[in-house]
Amino acid sequence: MSNRVIKILVPAISIILGLLVGAVVMLFSGYDPVAGYIALWNGIFGDSYAIGETIRQISPYILAGLAVAFAFRTGLFNIGVEGQLMVGWFASAYVGAAFELPMYIHLPFALLAAALAGALWGLVPGILKATLRVHEVIVTIMMNYIALHVVNALIKTVSGGSYKTDKIHPTASLRSEFLSNLTDYSTLHFGIFVALAMVVVMWFILEKTKTGFELKSVGFNQNASHYAGMNVNKNIILSMVISGAFAGLGGAMEGLGTFGSMTNQGGFTGIGFDGIAVALLGANSPLGVIFGASLFGSLKYGANNMPNAASIPLEIVSIVIALIIFFVACGYIIRVGLERLNKKKEAK
Amino acid sequence: MSFLEVLYFIVPTSIAYAAPLILTAIGGVFSERSGVVNIGLEGLMVMGAFIGIVFNLAYADVFGSWTPWIALLVAMLVSAVFSILHAIASVSFRADQVVSGVAINMLGIAIALFSVKMMFGKGQTDFIQKKIPRINIPILQDIPVIGPMFFKSVYGTSVLAIVVAAIAWFVIYKTPFGLRLRSVGEHPMAADTMGINVTKIRYTAVILSGGLAGIGGAIYSQTMTGDFGHATINGQGFMALAAMIFGKWHPIGAMGAALFFGFAQALAISAGSIDLIKNVPTVYFHILPYVLTILALAGFIGKANAPKANGIPYIKGSR
Repeated sequence: MSNRVIKILVPAISIILGLLVGAVVMLFSGYDPVAGYIALWNGIFGDSYAIGETIRQISPYILAGLAVAFAFRTGLFNIGVEGQLMVGWFASAYVGAAFELPMYIHLPFALLAAALAGALWGLVPGILKATLRVHEVIVTIMMNYIALHVVNALIKTVSGGSYKTDKIHPTASLRSEFLSNLTDYSTLHFGIFVALAMVVVMWFILEKTKTGFELKSVGFNQNASHYAGMNVNKNIILSMVISGAFAGLGGAMEGLGTFGSMTNQGGFTGIGFDGIAVALLGANSPLGVIFGASLFGSLKYGANNMPNAASIPLEIVSIVIALIIFFVACGYIIRVGLERLNKKKEAK
Repeated sequence: MSFLEVLYFIVPTSIAYAAPLILTAIGGVFSERSGVVNIGLEGLMVMGAFIGIVFNLAYADVFGSWTPWIALLVAMLVSAVFSILHAIASVSFRADQVVSGVAINMLGIAIALFSVKMMFGKGQTDFIQKKIPRINIPILQDIPVIGPMFFKSVYGTSVLAIVVAAIAWFVIYKTPFGLRLRSVGEHPMAADTMGINVTKIRYTAVILSGGLAGIGGAIYSQTMTGDFGHATINGQGFMALAAMIFGKWHPIGAMGAALFFGFAQALAISAGSIDLIKNVPTVYFHILPYVLTILALAGFIGKANAPKANGIPYIKGSR
């Protein structure tokens, strides 16, 4: 088995193990796993409405995955995608509602605001890491909670004491009648194209520009990059800013597409944390992120069908997702197992 | 409210909020001092909070007023077992400890909510009848000023938390186990050369952190909320993580930080009735612990240095 095959096999085995353990959990809890997974399947692909909603769910997952993956490539672990996504969501909803502009200015402006807000939230840990060597994991976790409370306070201020921002103007909306009609009146919106465009952007930055080369180089070896004359600190900050911008755009998917406003958040959306799973499963490559986001987005949306169709609590899917992350994290042992298997075959 | 009345309200509330944080943060100290990053504290707390409530509901008739205390023990055991997953992944399987911790967090809340839906058919549990009682400490409560602040209507669990902090300090700094724990976290290869079993120490430390976080979660749910739902533990685990860092990976420091964060939470809920800070938006109190932690890490409030080998799997024979 070549290295490449193993690289693909590890996530594949993790997914299978996750689904299997999920089935065992259902079995021991007195549910029928077969009926459960059939309900899940139908929840994802059952009809054109379900497919539309699934794709809608995938869009923010792609962007959250890109955000985590991009930082990973520079050797940074951005757990703050959740917070960056929330400030992006708020910024897009605010710009969408507060301004009245023609669509070709308003929509890009709202998207840009979301990206900038996310970038700003990523800038803080970036600067702290670059100048003071503060570990970005802890700072981004703290920034998540700061985002949660600040955004809730801002929603209250902006809406004059209410728990919800005003509805955005149609000129800033990503909603599409065409896509909606195509999928039996689902809430599918243009966001998926924004997300896919960003996949290309990430690929282009990383593979086709000097900046991307430097970013990756810093991720591999900071000392070597420094010795080669690259500005390591600048690249660390840049990576966090771009990562935050992706996350902020993920928030715009919710603000301008799915909801068209932002309500007071009792807790985290979970999209940012699932983004870690998406990036890990996709091996931090742009294409892999599409794959990971499709899987987790589908699972997440399809789960909604499980209580009705098989009377299984939809949290079973969260268990499966958590298990998949756990198994991907334990990739070392899967790799060891595969290599042993390989050696045995060769010996024969 | 007069100033003293404010103090009589805020000080006990702060301590009540701090107790779960203290225990969980000390759990974190054990784990990270041995070199295993434990972001999973939140998930371990969730598990403890959930088990505490479920046990309390199920056995309230059997154990009577002892129920909440036995529930703490059971929560400790279950969370300790749950944390073995993190130990296996990060010690034996050389997983990225942050990723494994994230998985523990997601798994904890998912398992708890799945079970709640299965058992109760709705998103949250029923309310428990036997909460952890508030007690008055005899004699001490009669001391003027200090008495009503610290010794009147306190939770027994707050006393427990402070006692545990003292014990943790003793264990980490005054016993052979503590010395081994610290050496494994600073330089595992040197420790290994001296005949210390790195794997065993790290497993013990992670399981200890699981148990302590379990108690922490069960205290929170049995004093503050009285039931369990998706938002019962909402960031307390991360706040404990923050307290651990703010306390510079030292049990007494972590206790101090947790008390301070408890104070911030108490201020946030009572700010409206205090004249001096009535007009300060509560959001500032909510974000205070997190902002302070970032400042502490950045070195503005004394330098916080993590154990040297924190987060690095120990691989025998590698240099």
